[in-house]
Amino acid sequence: MTDVVLPTGETGIASERPLPPLQAPSANNGLLAVFQRRYLLKLLVRREISARYQGSFLGLLWSYVNPLSQFAIYYFIVGEIFQLHEDIPNFALHMFSAIVIVHFFTETFNAGTRSIVRNRQIVQKMSMPREMFPVASMLVSLYHVGPQLVILFVACLLNGWTPDVEGILALVLGLLLIMVLGTALALLFSAANVFFRDVQSFVNILTNLVRFGVPMIYSYAMVDERFGSLAQYYLLNPIANAVLMFQRAFWIGTAPDPEELARTDLPSHLLQRGVIMLGVSLVILAIGQLVFSRLEKKIPERL
Amino acid sequence: MADSIVLENVTKSFTVRYQRTMKQMTVAKAKGRQTSRTFNAVDDVSFTVQQGESIGLMGLNGSGKSTLLKMINGVMRPDTGSILTRGRIAGLIATGAGFHPQLSGRENLILNAAILGMSEAETARKFDEIVDFAEIGDKIDSQVGHYSSGQSARLGFAVAIHVDSDIFLADEVLAVGDRPFKKKCLAKMEEVRDSGRTLFYVSHAAGSVRRMCTRVIVLQDGRLAFDGDVNEGIRFLKYDDSTDENEPDAAEMDDDSDEELGADI
Repeated sequence: MTDVVLPTGETGIASERPLPPLQAPSANNGLLAVFQRRYLLKLLVRREISARYQGSFLGLLWSYVNPLSQFAIYYFIVGEIFQLHEDIPNFALHMFSAIVIVHFFTETFNAGTRSIVRNRQIVQKMSMPREMFPVASMLVSLYHVGPQLVILFVACLLNGWTPDVEGILALVLGLLLIMVLGTALALLFSAANVFFRDVQSFVNILTNLVRFGVPMIYSYAMVDERFGSLAQYYLLNPIANAVLMFQRAFWIGTAPDPEELARTDLPSHLLQRGVIMLGVSLVILAIGQLVFSRLEKKIPERL
Repeated sequence: MADSIVLENVTKSFTVRYQRTMKQMTVAKAKGRQTSRTFNAVDDVSFTVQQGESIGLMGLNGSGKSTLLKMINGVMRPDTGSILTRGRIAGLIATGAGFHPQLSGRENLILNAAILGMSEAETARKFDEIVDFAEIGDKIDSQVGHYSSGQSARLGFAVAIHVDSDIFLADEVLAVGDRPFKKKCLAKMEEVRDSGRTLFYVSHAAGSVRRMCTRVIVLQDGRLAFDGDVNEGIRFLKYDDSTDENEPDAAEMDDDSDEELGADI
């Protein structure tokens, strides 16, 4: 915050500089304050990165083992046993591009929900914007998305992928969408988790639902085909939109005829839908902040 | 002098729940037993502290001292009433800072300093001084979870006292430190007091309160029971023993007095 070196002479320091205003000591809170104190946020993120897998032998590698194992399981069961390879071209990439973004979401949601309870030693004793913790959880998860994106990039290039502008836009939009939505839900559930630890178990179930509620192990074309006009309700799920966004960015470009694949396997007006969903997520974020501020007053005593 | 801390009719109530799970609660409700109880930890407290005053906050265990301190520090918010403070606040709540047991002392120091509002440059400049003061030595790079309670309290105190704060809160800081460290803390706190910063000191040691403070506030069951002169406050609490009553300055004359160092906690 301030960098002023205070002259600590024997006479009062207070008289030597303008007096700061009288204010409530707990006033400096909210998401805005989180981004004003970037240095603290940076420290928390760095700390979380080193602490998340502390004491484990593989350490940070777990962040990659987890999505890779999911990939292997789904690839074998859905691909080999259910024979979905045939229906979906480049099925592995279809699934992998979805796993990257879904994993980003579930990590943010899970770690974010636990974040305040996990940091209770600090929350109970030090005054700071408590929104820091869910936001830091989101940023830590985002940090792990980087290397996964690189793997995805290389895998796509090996499969004859040519990046395009619309694809890059879709990628950015998809990431932004999950960043905002993940933070919003992490805020809501982290505060709720202080009052009832049941919340984190409930979140586990929700994340399981998320994995099957998005076109990851099946394609959107199948949803469209089976549900017909009801498919539009399926598209109300922002996470499904983010997944489609990622598939637009990576998987589509690996097909021999990307335009044809996009026409048959993606909903129309994908980018526009993404922008609307981003707006919806921002509204959820605002609600999350409101609820958080309400609950926050009781957080230190209920921890 | 300007106001430094202003409290107006501050009340904070806590709800104690006897049962936490649905099963226990249903059983208790069915039997017509009480499932929760609400009490005021801090009850309608008002006072004003001027910049540069040093306040001794006293009271028996459970009288609401830590809760009051948590509200002044901004960790908790009052249910009703208002608290206003001027400037940066640093200090310790209930012997120990918010440390993460799995991180090293170094990481915790840096994080703690940042939470208290120190910038990266400021932390870098004061780092060695803080470690020296805490007398942690090589242990600074091992996990705080492996520190003794005294060591982690020392590190916490060292960080807090080195922040350029306008208000310094000290909650029973001397309860766990060893004797040489207690002396050092008291000396440092006197330095803070003499530099014109506001000092808020919670202690059960009448001697150190006498030495440090210019005013005593006593809490009793969350209510403000006494606010005024130091010796009267200590007498009010019946913390003075007979020798002190006759010679109130006896403790101050002997620098090594156990009582002054808070050994009677």
